[in-house]
Amino acid sequence: MGIRFVLLVNKQGQTRLAQYYEHLSLDERRALEGEIVRKCLARTDQQCSFVEHRNYKVVYRRYASLFFLVGVDNDENELAILEFIHLLVETMDRHFGNVCELDIMFHLEKVHFMLEEMVMNGCIVETSKQNILAPIQLMEKTS
Amino acid sequence: MASSQPAPSTAPSLVDTLFQLSLDDLVKSLRADQSAAGESSAVARALSAIHREIRAPDAATKAVALQKLTYLSSLHFAPVAAHPLAFPAIELLASPHLPHKRLAYLAASLSLSPASLSLLPLATHQLHKDLSPSAAAPAAHHLSALALHLLASPAAAAAPDLAAHLAHDLLPHLSRGSPRAIAAAARVIAASPSAGVPVLFKPLAACLASPDPRTSTAAASAFCELSAPPADPSPFLPLAPDLYNLLTTSRSNWALIKVLKIFARLAPLEPRLAARIVDPVCQLLARSSAMSLTFECVRTVLTALPAHDAAVSLAIGKLKEFLAASDDPNLRYLGLLALGMLGPAYASTVNESRDVIALSLGDADLNIRREALRLMMGMLDDSNVMDIAGMLVSHAARSDPEFANDTLGAVLAACGRNVYELVSDFDWYVSLLADMARSLHCLQGDEIGRQLVDVGLRVQDARPELVQSARSLLIDPALLGNNLLFPVLSAAAFVSGEYIHCSKDPVELVEALLQPRTSLLPMSVRAVYIQAVLKVITFCCNLYIERLNGSNKELDLVFDELAVDQDVSRESEAEIRPAEADQIVMPSTTEKDPSSHKSIVYMINLIEMTVGPLVQCKEVEVLERARNLMGFIHLLREIQEFKERNVSDQKKTNRVKELVKSMQTVFAQELSPVYVNAQKKISLPEDLVLNENLAELADIVCEDDAPPSTSIFFCSRSNPSVETRDEPAVSVGSSSLLVEHRKRHGMYYLPTGKDEGDTNNYPHVNDPLLSADNGSMIKDRSETVQPVAAGKKLKVARSRPKVVKLDGEDFLSAMMSTVNVPKETLSGTGGGVLVGRNAKSLPSLKASDNSSERMGNKLDPGESSSQQTQNIDADIGSSWTTKHQDYDKEKSTILPDSDGKEARKHKTSSTSGHRQGRHKQRERSNTQPDVAPQAPVIQDFLL
Repeated sequence: MGIRFVLLVNKQGQTRLAQYYEHLSLDERRALEGEIVRKCLARTDQQCSFVEHRNYKVVYRRYASLFFLVGVDNDENELAILEFIHLLVETMDRHFGNVCELDIMFHLEKVHFMLEEMVMNGCIVETSKQNILAPIQLMEKTS
Repeated sequence: MASSQPAPSTAPSLVDTLFQLSLDDLVKSLRADQSAAGESSAVARALSAIHREIRAPDAATKAVALQKLTYLSSLHFAPVAAHPLAFPAIELLASPHLPHKRLAYLAASLSLSPASLSLLPLATHQLHKDLSPSAAAPAAHHLSALALHLLASPAAAAAPDLAAHLAHDLLPHLSRGSPRAIAAAARVIAASPSAGVPVLFKPLAACLASPDPRTSTAAASAFCELSAPPADPSPFLPLAPDLYNLLTTSRSNWALIKVLKIFARLAPLEPRLAARIVDPVCQLLARSSAMSLTFECVRTVLTALPAHDAAVSLAIGKLKEFLAASDDPNLRYLGLLALGMLGPAYASTVNESRDVIALSLGDADLNIRREALRLMMGMLDDSNVMDIAGMLVSHAARSDPEFANDTLGAVLAACGRNVYELVSDFDWYVSLLADMARSLHCLQGDEIGRQLVDVGLRVQDARPELVQSARSLLIDPALLGNNLLFPVLSAAAFVSGEYIHCSKDPVELVEALLQPRTSLLPMSVRAVYIQAVLKVITFCCNLYIERLNGSNKELDLVFDELAVDQDVSRESEAEIRPAEADQIVMPSTTEKDPSSHKSIVYMINLIEMTVGPLVQCKEVEVLERARNLMGFIHLLREIQEFKERNVSDQKKTNRVKELVKSMQTVFAQELSPVYVNAQKKISLPEDLVLNENLAELADIVCEDDAPPSTSIFFCSRSNPSVETRDEPAVSVGSSSLLVEHRKRHGMYYLPTGKDEGDTNNYPHVNDPLLSADNGSMIKDRSETVQPVAAGKKLKVARSRPKVVKLDGEDFLSAMMSTVNVPKETLSGTGGGVLVGRNAKSLPSLKASDNSSERMGNKLDPGESSSQQTQNIDADIGSSWTTKHQDYDKEKSTILPDSDGKEARKHKTSSTSGHRQGRHKQRERSNTQPDVAPQAPVIQDFLL
């Protein structure tokens, strides 16, 4: 499996979104998030965006006050994951318009839907922003 | 609103529905109080409300409750039991309202866990319905997408039944080329191969050839995932043509990356494949502008196509661009990572980039530094070890504590590997060890101390420099305050006592060993210090006596003066301090000769003053050694008393000579390393019938065959039986320690392909292993390693000194570096040695005549091993008895004159001198007292 999890964490270390593509118990998640967040948030801009943690490699990128952390297999292509993070941010930006942390907090399920469109079973299945956003727009129309 | 409800178990009222908090309200309430306590109470309140609302008959209320519950469980780790979330989610799956359905699917995919699998059959029907193409037009696509999503979620992966039931429903979606269906199919195949593969594999493979890039990309991802390491990639070989097509035509970077990954796995299976893909890969490498794709190409070339030089040099070119990206730490990190993938054939390329790597050691990023360190360690060989290790150690002095310790640990492990095979200049290595010990925050004290002692035992030529380095460590009062250095100081004290004959200035050494700040040392180290002082003073007195060579007058002079000192101290307590202080003030600089009587008097006084108080120490180790030392000093002092009783001068002189000489003989005994598994070569008790009693040994043997220990302990060569008796216990304890050590430092043990070469360099070390069992154990026990064979271009100016290397150790280290030694073989060896067939599992041994003989022998273990046993017995017996006779002589000359107490002291002092180094092992061995019941007690050297 390429992508194991996607985490959005703010500067204070609070999780804003957590999507796992493999099953972890609640305790495992809590421990994992705690460790990874501590590791990544302590890093500076001059350091590289890859952190090895247990059997994962965490690829992260910071946008304003939000950290996007993606846990991948060790042989996954790190640079491609960075591109994926950027695509996710751009997609959210297009939908929310200048996306900020609050948008994600109050529309968590929409972010989940976007992620669902983009990633399935740890693989990236959709990279067109229009295709990603279509079902969400359809849903907004029907409700 | 919670208060309006008297009992939470009753059905939710209309009030609940009307005044239900929306998700937004929930988020606001959570944000209102940011503190941990406020948040958790808000979560608790919300949870109790949700538990009521979720039972509402009204779908809208239920949906909002579910939405809130999903939110809490995914972000606040709300302790949601599986059922409250799973059941309503499954209920809502059937809702005709799309947003509700969507919510329900989301909740289900996030929350279904193996614990709630019992509910999944309830969902199967709904999934089936949503997947079937009969649903109404516009929403159908989304509905099926939702269902597919749930199918691809981790929950469904845990439910092979669900996967099996719905496999057929995926087919229409697969034929449509839906990427979601492809991902779901991959999940289904992974979850239940038996049900998934027959139905889904072919349609999935067809998707690979689809003209729609989304479909082919998804299919490539799916196959990449299915062929990932734990799985066997060989079933995917038939897909190679389609994949090749994709490789040459696809324009999607993501698809290309995945295809390259699959090819990297397939290439080793099919030799023709590599030649086929090398051209398209090089083209991609040359023209792609995307870094991710470029890096993937580099990785593929380096790992899967190492035989294609043109491709590799192209990849190396790109890799150097990565390394040179000064503004992008990501690229530099990946560049280093890729450099590490280069095989040994391209070691020169790695070497060319040494400057860049060295520069990366100072990078701001710990990950980059670690990667650089790993590369540095990888390029170590005997020609550059001095440059690199020296550079690393000086670098460690400047870097942060954590990385400095990583560096030092790596250097220690690399240089100590396989009995210092990389080190040719031991003078340099010894001073490097001392430098390492001095570097700030050094946590490697134990290992440095161990290696200091180990080098001293194994390399005779290094001893002068070793003593010199030890002196510089001991003499520095600042080091005594650093508790991380205690193991190093202990080793330094031991080394300088043991090899005192190499020391330039024993007087200074005694001063260093007795300096006031030694009170900061832990007791175990102080004991070593005191023992070292005993060795030094014995050495000096012996030198003095030898120099006199029978000249009685001078000797008298010394002891007269000694006695005078003592008389003075006895006459008045008040005068002791000033008198002794005068003596002690005597600057050792004016008197360099350690064997002059002045320096000896000076040392004796110094010892009396500083060690004297320790005679009342509460710590037995220190107490014992202090008493030994003081006893010896008293003996020297008491000569005068004999004189007063008019004992003849000649007799006295002889007595002193004998005493000091015998002490010196004891200490001059060469200590040598003992092969950890020596026990296996030692005689068996006569009543032990091998075939019957082996079963009892099974567990000992099992523990022994954990990765073997390289730890050393001391033994006088003259009495191997004593030492080897400790053996099993020691190796059990130390091997478990070693396992732990290897776990921790595993990354530093380089699984090099060099092993073959190494064993070729030392062929004579391996060979005697066979003959060693033939009984000449003691003679064969240690082998010297000749300078590294001149196969490589050696830049070493001076020849490598002899390194004592035990015959078995080479075999052990060869085993240690072979990564996949099957456990069974090892335990087989362990047991086999006892039955005499240990040649079987030696990795690098050809089946020589000798070994095949041994193989034959295993058919008749009783006979062969008993023969062996007798031989060994004879050998040990003879060496032991000759030694013993020597000591008998000494005993007869000493005992009659001295009183029993004195004699006892010397006895303990001499034995403890040999005991101190292996003290820990001895303690451990006490837990297994019954291993070799027939062996004699520790040998006394004076009695």
